[in-house]
Amino acid sequence: MLLLTEQVLNGLQFGVMLFLLAAGLTLVLGIMNLINLAHGSLYMIGAFVAATVARWTGSFMLGLLAALPATALVGMAVEIVALRALYRREHLDQVLATFGLILFFNELAAMVWGPRALFLDGPSWLAGAVEIIPGVPYPAFRLAVLGVGLAVAAFLYWLVGHTRLGMLIRAGASNREMVAALGVNIRALYTLVFGLGALLAGLAGVMAGPIYAVEVGMGEPVLILAIVVIVIGGIGSIRGALVGAVLVGLVDTLGRAYLPSLLGLFMGPANASGVGGSLASMSIYILMAAILVWRPRGLFPAHG
Amino acid sequence: MDNPRAAGARRAALIGAACALALLAPALAAAAGADYLIGVGTRALILALAGLGLNLALGYGGMVSFGHAAFFGAGAYTVAILGFHATLGEPLLTWPFEIAGTESAFLAWPAAMAAAGALALVIGAISLRTSGLYFIMITLAFAQMLFFFFVSLEAYGGGDGLGLWARSSLPPLDLHDPWQFYYTVLGLLALFAVLKGRLVASRFGLALQGIRDNERRMRALGFPTVRYKLAAFAISGAVTGLAGALIANHAEFVSPALLSWQRSGEILVIVILGGMGTVAGPIVGAIAFVATEEALSQWSEHWRIVFGPLLVLAVLFARQGLWGLIAARERIHD
Amino acid sequence: MTEPLLRIAGLCKSYGAVIASDHVSLNIRAGEVHAVIGPNGAGKTTLVGQLTGEIAPESGTVRFNGREITRWPVHARARLGMARSFQVTSIFPRLSALDNVALAVQAGAGHGFGIWRPARAEATLRAPARAALERVGLAGRAAGPAGALAHGEQRQLELAMALAMGPRLLLLDEPMAGMGPTDSQRMIALLAALKGEVAMLLVEHDMDAVFALADRVSVMVYGKVIATGTAAAVRADPAVRRAYLGEDEAA
Repeated sequence: MLLLTEQVLNGLQFGVMLFLLAAGLTLVLGIMNLINLAHGSLYMIGAFVAATVARWTGSFMLGLLAALPATALVGMAVEIVALRALYRREHLDQVLATFGLILFFNELAAMVWGPRALFLDGPSWLAGAVEIIPGVPYPAFRLAVLGVGLAVAAFLYWLVGHTRLGMLIRAGASNREMVAALGVNIRALYTLVFGLGALLAGLAGVMAGPIYAVEVGMGEPVLILAIVVIVIGGIGSIRGALVGAVLVGLVDTLGRAYLPSLLGLFMGPANASGVGGSLASMSIYILMAAILVWRPRGLFPAHG
Repeated sequence: MDNPRAAGARRAALIGAACALALLAPALAAAAGADYLIGVGTRALILALAGLGLNLALGYGGMVSFGHAAFFGAGAYTVAILGFHATLGEPLLTWPFEIAGTESAFLAWPAAMAAAGALALVIGAISLRTSGLYFIMITLAFAQMLFFFFVSLEAYGGGDGLGLWARSSLPPLDLHDPWQFYYTVLGLLALFAVLKGRLVASRFGLALQGIRDNERRMRALGFPTVRYKLAAFAISGAVTGLAGALIANHAEFVSPALLSWQRSGEILVIVILGGMGTVAGPIVGAIAFVATEEALSQWSEHWRIVFGPLLVLAVLFARQGLWGLIAARERIHD
Repeated sequence: MTEPLLRIAGLCKSYGAVIASDHVSLNIRAGEVHAVIGPNGAGKTTLVGQLTGEIAPESGTVRFNGREITRWPVHARARLGMARSFQVTSIFPRLSALDNVALAVQAGAGHGFGIWRPARAEATLRAPARAALERVGLAGRAAGPAGALAHGEQRQLELAMALAMGPRLLLLDEPMAGMGPTDSQRMIALLAALKGEVAMLLVEHDMDAVFALADRVSVMVYGKVIATGTAAAVRADPAVRRAYLGEDEAA
């Protein structure tokens, strides 16, 4: 029971991190109709900047404060220089071009920071464990990540549902030509949205640092998971991104924790760990496939 | 634009020259004292075959697959696993029927195509329920899934990969000889290029291109479009699987990296930058890609920092592909 | 009484609060030309969509050629003998006009998975395609890319493709759309020549065409069929006059 609670919390924590990445991705996809594979690179840049600043200053929080604007700026710079020309292009072109960007950023990171992983320690005041449920100690940092993620979700909910900017975002997601025709400065809106997405990606990267490692190429596996989240949730939908992310986080974490032992009930332990391990690593993709068979456009498609 | 006759004649001349070069390449490399280039050339041809496969789905079928590395890797692993069991002397499966290991190319290579093709059929059946952006992302996700699957296969090396004890046996040839292997690969590439040329000119091929250009219209005419796309996707997977079988032989090693998103991206790049929707395009693309990679990596191990932006520029400004540029094909539109 | 070729019974379809099809019923006899007219927003496009299979009705049935096809996919209906032309021209601009029509012939030719022979050399496909192009008067423009044809010629090509399918029913969605008077007259003559040979459901705004061609006319307003009858009867119908006066100058 204790283990289950811990695993569920892990799953939720993983889920909200995916949500941070997926939210930016789905916003950009929904509004600008741009698939940006280099989103994972922004995640990586956030982590690297935070790790470097934290090492210089000895403070995680300073690292975080440096990484967020840095990532947002890099994101907006990339948008202005490389991505604007791609809005009108086919998705295939966008995929290729942003693939080129990934190669560039990974190589740049390797040149600047070297091939070995960096370490980023969480803040010392979050180093211990907290008993949110009596008798169940859980790492405070992970709890903080969960909290931050939920706060961001609430913030996005407010932004998209209750502000003028959010209204433009929602309108743009369903009819971008109309929004432009209404005289809204589309370019500025796009750059802003992109910057917001980059910021969220950077935040996710910084928070990931203490839990996973900070290394070249860390962005792409997570990006692909974020893509699975969006496919499940529906392109353009923040709500879908949250639901999808939590689902993916829980299924992945609980699958890895329990599938081998579950299968051990039916087959011998040696086989079970092998098959169970394989199944666990494929579990979220099987989930995605199952949802697609039932709902080819995801759970909450924004474009109806 | 020049008249079609001149363009056609020029195209034929280029193809002729390229074929001559391809046939003479090993001799030229040996004469230049750069024998290792035969291996490089072989790799380019193998990648060209992979691109040929993808192009059927992408250039002719309009299906943007960012997961073709899955079929590449599946073909490679089929050969490696069969070889592994042959070396061990243990069969792969005993129930419901026995599958013994083998090192014979006559068995292992068709098996690789069948495995990759079957995989493509399953992935295609699910993915083709969607279209556009969803399709791209889903094919990427499935390839990632298979990447993790092979990583989890501890029995076959897991993340570290699996070595081949020997290259496939293809009597009377000895594939361990670089020249013989090169010409085998060249021969297979030529064969599949010709087959593909016939396929795309056939009823099936024209229907597929019609679906690419206007699927709604094709449905209204009475074509069961999903069936055509699925068939094309499966064939495309099988051909890419054969390329995988060849790469397993070439490197005498397989690893999950063959199924990575970087691999899928590479295959996409060579098809698109070579020229989609043409038979020669992927071949030109593969040669250009491998040549660029070789040249740039002489300069620095960080060559990708140049290659990445080059790719972006190419997408923005040279979209019709190298073959489109070189051969100055007469374009019916614009 | 013989079963009509196409029987539509009680089709209902709404989009949120908008009722696009409100218990629409009508039928078409073999060889008949049945026009559907009505102001914009009357639900004609939705009706065509439900007939072709692109839109799924919420209730109601469609019977064609004796079979109930309400849930059939688009391509299956086409194979059964229902051919359509699109309101917004939908052809293959990169292919030649002949290639376009040859594809339509190929669709009905059964073995669409032929792999070995070059399809462009197949007389069994090319000959009927040429014949269809001749019928619509495009024989001289068979070779050039279809995208280069004039707008009116492209509409003729649409018709040729539909005819090449060998249909029993033609669903013509505003075939005269965007055409000038000369082109329109030519199209009307073409369709008149087809009368009796193949049934037609003609959705049109052009009243000349409707009165010249239609055996019967159905009038749709706000998703409902308010009148069905001969052109003359419908013109005199008071409900129809009420619906049109002040809304549409075409009549």
